[in-house]
Amino acid sequence: MSESPEPLLSVQGLEKHFPITKGLIKRQVAAVKAVDGLSFDVVKGETLGLVGESGCGKTTTGRLITRLLEPTGGKIVFEGRDISHMSQSALRPLRRDMQMIFQDPYSSLNPRHTVGAIVGAPFRIQGVRTEHGTKKAVQDILELVGLNPEHYNRYPHEFSGGQRQRIGIARTLALKPKLIIADEPVSALDVSIQAQVVNLLEDLQNELDLTYVVIAHDLSVVRHISDRVAVMYLGKIVEIADRKDLYESPMHPYTTALLSAVPVPDVKRRSERERIRLQGDVPSPINPPAACRFHTRCWKAQEICRTVEPPLAQLDVRHQVACHFPENVPSDAVPEDAGTPVPG
Amino acid sequence: MSFLELKDLRVHFPTDDGLVRSVDGLSFRLERGKTLGIVGESGSGKSVTSLAVLGLHKGTRAKISGEIWLDGEELVSASAEHVRTLRGKKMAMIFQDPLSAMHPYYSVGAQIIEAYRIHNDVSKAVARKHAIDLLGRVGIPQPDRRVDSYPHEFSGGMRQRAMIAMALSCDPELLIADEPTTALDVTVQAQILDLMRDLQQEFDSALIIITHDLGVVAELSDDILVMYGGKCIEYGSAEDIFERPEHPYTWGLLGSMPRLDRERTERLMPIKGTPPSLINVPTGCAFHPRCAFEPRTEGKGRTVVPELLETEGGHLVRCHLSLEERRATWENEIKPKLESA
Repeated sequence: MSESPEPLLSVQGLEKHFPITKGLIKRQVAAVKAVDGLSFDVVKGETLGLVGESGCGKTTTGRLITRLLEPTGGKIVFEGRDISHMSQSALRPLRRDMQMIFQDPYSSLNPRHTVGAIVGAPFRIQGVRTEHGTKKAVQDILELVGLNPEHYNRYPHEFSGGQRQRIGIARTLALKPKLIIADEPVSALDVSIQAQVVNLLEDLQNELDLTYVVIAHDLSVVRHISDRVAVMYLGKIVEIADRKDLYESPMHPYTTALLSAVPVPDVKRRSERERIRLQGDVPSPINPPAACRFHTRCWKAQEICRTVEPPLAQLDVRHQVACHFPENVPSDAVPEDAGTPVPG
Repeated sequence: MSFLELKDLRVHFPTDDGLVRSVDGLSFRLERGKTLGIVGESGSGKSVTSLAVLGLHKGTRAKISGEIWLDGEELVSASAEHVRTLRGKKMAMIFQDPLSAMHPYYSVGAQIIEAYRIHNDVSKAVARKHAIDLLGRVGIPQPDRRVDSYPHEFSGGMRQRAMIAMALSCDPELLIADEPTTALDVTVQAQILDLMRDLQQEFDSALIIITHDLGVVAELSDDILVMYGGKCIEYGSAEDIFERPEHPYTWGLLGSMPRLDRERTERLMPIKGTPPSLINVPTGCAFHPRCAFEPRTEGKGRTVVPELLETEGGHLVRCHLSLEERRATWENEIKPKLESA
């Protein structure tokens, strides 16, 4: 996984502000800064995991990349082409290469269409003709995702949640896309089914050379599936690094707190685990805290955190952090105030 | 006698498609000050069990048999009116989704005050003070002001805290929490789990926590009950279930779960197939169509329902494999795969 010169997807300073309007003339009084200046690259064949709590803008990011939403600012470059403000008609041919897997397998499939119609829709819309007809192609894909090809004429309600998610994945794969954005692909599924779908996504990636952006709130699933992980907080990336680095030596206090908050099924050591408990909830993105957005909940916050916004800085190989007082910094650049976290 | 004891509880729902056996012969005990975790996938009967204990099933819909003993009183045969006097005071429930469990038209305080005044003959002013105290205890900032807020004005974590305050308003001795943190973010989930642990120690109440998240159960439970297809398939102390699990379904759950506290495994080991429909529960062992070890039972798995038998020190398992075989399989085949790979 070397840094290739041409990433498949490159996002630079991406912003999405949703206006809040008031009164008859819909005067804009404020904006929800759902995504506020994101930059990252996704290289072909890798999986980028986007984690964060609700309201951090991870879903909005997914919708911006697939251009289901139009960005307020910044650039999205897919295969060298700037698609940030491309018209819907110009985008349509590109949609073949860029597909999305949705969270809820119940609402993302039309209940009045058969599986064949659902998975065949991309062929119809894109006007793609296959050698042995659409039906054969659809049945091949159904088989690929572990469904019975004979279920071609069944309706979504005849399937379980896990099978429906497979139908959604089959539709995504129909036209052999290059990039797949998966928004919480397993969070609606039972534990035993989650593992099936995670394994399926991995198999498909190896088989079809896919690139994933996986959006999820479950840190264990993200660690399992991703090569690189970006942690978001209130519309910004606070840390982005290779999987191993992020989970083994997190630098941002928020990442550390997130990781220590995950309940771990280890009964023997449950009393001795060191926990960092954040106070309160995530602030509202309408009026995010000034400067470092995490300072209201951070145990290391100093005056500078309230006045100067920390830039996303490269502190290690492929490891970027936006914090004035990062932890686990490898070299001599340890800041003087890197105190020990307050447990409890 | 134990504080709470279920004996052969059955909750069946007659439907047009057939009889749904949501809970089919469930027995367990729980003492004061202890926490029982009930784990299972959707449709395993875990929520139906808790609603049965609280007497919240409609008599016209559900056919309930068996016995539920709470502090020396039998609840299944008790009148609905009597169970109502226990609900809130003796036993209370924390629901998964606080937004739908709270009334949107009444302030949070009014809902706590109502519950408190039903069971305690006090003035509104006293009850209000009690509500403010409780909100402060569960960690709501400025409780004297937030007591007049409406549920929609609270964030998800705060609503869940308010629900806990409401459930605790009459110091219930039995508290049932049905997926109390599933709707919450992980940092807020950790706060709520801490809160529940502290409050339980303070009140010495019996706590049942129902969830599909093995991590959450491991954090809180003394004992764990694993449900599948309406039956208990394994029961034991938290150490039994996580260190020496004996049922193939429990192995499957552990193998399905990526874990942050261990080296990353290359592949997860899911359970094949899907959870059974409760209308057509498979014959024999309900888990047999998904069980990798079914061939080793010489056909018994398909025809005979295994008994829930004790292996050692209160560890109960419902499986046809012999004890030696289960232990050898766990040690030699399953455990190494979970730990390394």
